[in-house]
Amino acid sequence: MKTIRIGSGAGYGGDRIEPAIDLIQRGNLDYIIFECLAERTISLAQKNKQKDPQLGYNDLFEYRFDKILDAIKDHPVKVITNMGAANPKTAAYKCQSMAQEKGIKNLKIAYVEGDDITDKLSEYMDYQVMETGEPLNHIDGEILSANGYIGIKGIVEALQNQADIVITGRVADPSLALGPLVYEWNWSMDDYDKLGKGTWIGHLLECAGQVTGGYFADPGYKDVPELWNLGFPIIEVDENGDGVVTKLEHTGGIVTEQTVKEQTLYEIQDPTKYFTPDVIADFSHVQVQQIGKDRVKISGATGHAPNGYYKTSVGYHDCYIGEGQISYGGLNALSKAQLAKEILEHRFEMIGLKYEEIRYDMIGMNALYHDDISTQMNQYTPVEVRLRVAARVKNIAQAQMIGNEVEALYTNGPSGGGGAVKNIKDIISIASILVPVNHFHITVHVLEV
Amino acid sequence: MKLKEIAHSRTGDKGNISIISLIAYKQEDYALLKEKVTPEKLKDYFHDIVHGKITRYEIESIGALNFVMEDALGGGVTRSLAIDMHGKTLGSALLEMEI
Repeated sequence: MKTIRIGSGAGYGGDRIEPAIDLIQRGNLDYIIFECLAERTISLAQKNKQKDPQLGYNDLFEYRFDKILDAIKDHPVKVITNMGAANPKTAAYKCQSMAQEKGIKNLKIAYVEGDDITDKLSEYMDYQVMETGEPLNHIDGEILSANGYIGIKGIVEALQNQADIVITGRVADPSLALGPLVYEWNWSMDDYDKLGKGTWIGHLLECAGQVTGGYFADPGYKDVPELWNLGFPIIEVDENGDGVVTKLEHTGGIVTEQTVKEQTLYEIQDPTKYFTPDVIADFSHVQVQQIGKDRVKISGATGHAPNGYYKTSVGYHDCYIGEGQISYGGLNALSKAQLAKEILEHRFEMIGLKYEEIRYDMIGMNALYHDDISTQMNQYTPVEVRLRVAARVKNIAQAQMIGNEVEALYTNGPSGGGGAVKNIKDIISIASILVPVNHFHITVHVLEV
Repeated sequence: MKLKEIAHSRTGDKGNISIISLIAYKQEDYALLKEKVTPEKLKDYFHDIVHGKITRYEIESIGALNFVMEDALGGGVTRSLAIDMHGKTLGSALLEMEI
């Protein structure tokens, strides 16, 4: 039976490149997708673009496409990626000039625009924020950007225009794989069961190595070979939307029912209602079956009509987080760290630190689970403890005080404090709103080489 | 018995919500997971961490439970003060739970 072979070349913006190139060269692929855009990344990219209109696409765009273009010269695999981030147009022109420099001929590079509705933000200030239930104009901080999670429309149109490379901005992650499936198999946009199946496939691919043994190993319970050489996934998809998850021979990792089950539920809330711009997918009756080494058959996803809105990420400047850390050693380490914490509490009061929230951790003791679960799991005397303090504040001067006070523990604190570090984070947060689909005007442009 | 003897888990996040799957290694243990690992039990176990509602979804075809834990990530990944701002390590704690 004919299948479409889709590979995944990146699970996040900074992922390894070698497994992607290996897939292009040896995978006999039809398509490879690169998912590189986290919720907040788009807003940081918008900020970069506001500073310089030639920026705002993925930081590793040139690094990746240098290798991708070399690989697709001999192995013509179509590439679909959201690495355009806040600036798909400039990214596409960059890709075009890189291809020209490499002497590549007959390449069509498409870019998709229309997810960015920052210019229209004033229309939405009374829309309700999904995370808080309050109107958008209650946000305390400068609003920077608004990008809707658009679906497959632009990708399908680009493929209809014979694009070899499709560069998008904020597209819903699974749409990167659903787009080529709809195009290749000519699925109707109201065949929601098929769109649900294709969305599951996109969901399994979008985190790359997380379905082939990454984020899975638990030594003694779940062992995974050669994670340093983890193979990225391929899904072979038939015209009904059923598929086989697999990976290349001679790569590390594993594809088992367990890895596929874990990734199926990853970041899914209600499995009967996985909302995307294209479909509301239903994973509640999915079947997975091992049919060979590193081969798992998947079937049984369904879907329903989408809700007519695109979830839209509004980025805003939220706060600063100041942080400091310092270590203590010996069997009295915990007492020293507790004394250091007491000193800091007094100091922050004396210098008038104004914070929204403050948190102290004893790294190695309670930093991940607080005290109850930690002591339930284990009780021992640590030989080293690292005190960490972090606080959320409104301005950079206050944020600096936090790490400075930790550093001052060197000469003013308990004996033998070592390895103090301090840092400040400028926090861009996201508020989500639902914007009607017809407010977005999706356009596709094709550049030729 | 600890949960890790019969189940595996993966943890993800959406905003201030932590999402933990719990998957039986063997389909025949799914009924036991369903009986023993209730949202109430999780709420008690994670009382220091999870301040909102916990909802449990059942996916019998793959022997899995999915827990959606609200107000669990210190305000969400961007503004959380925690070292593990995504709460990725929470599943490892769940697997240490005695049943």
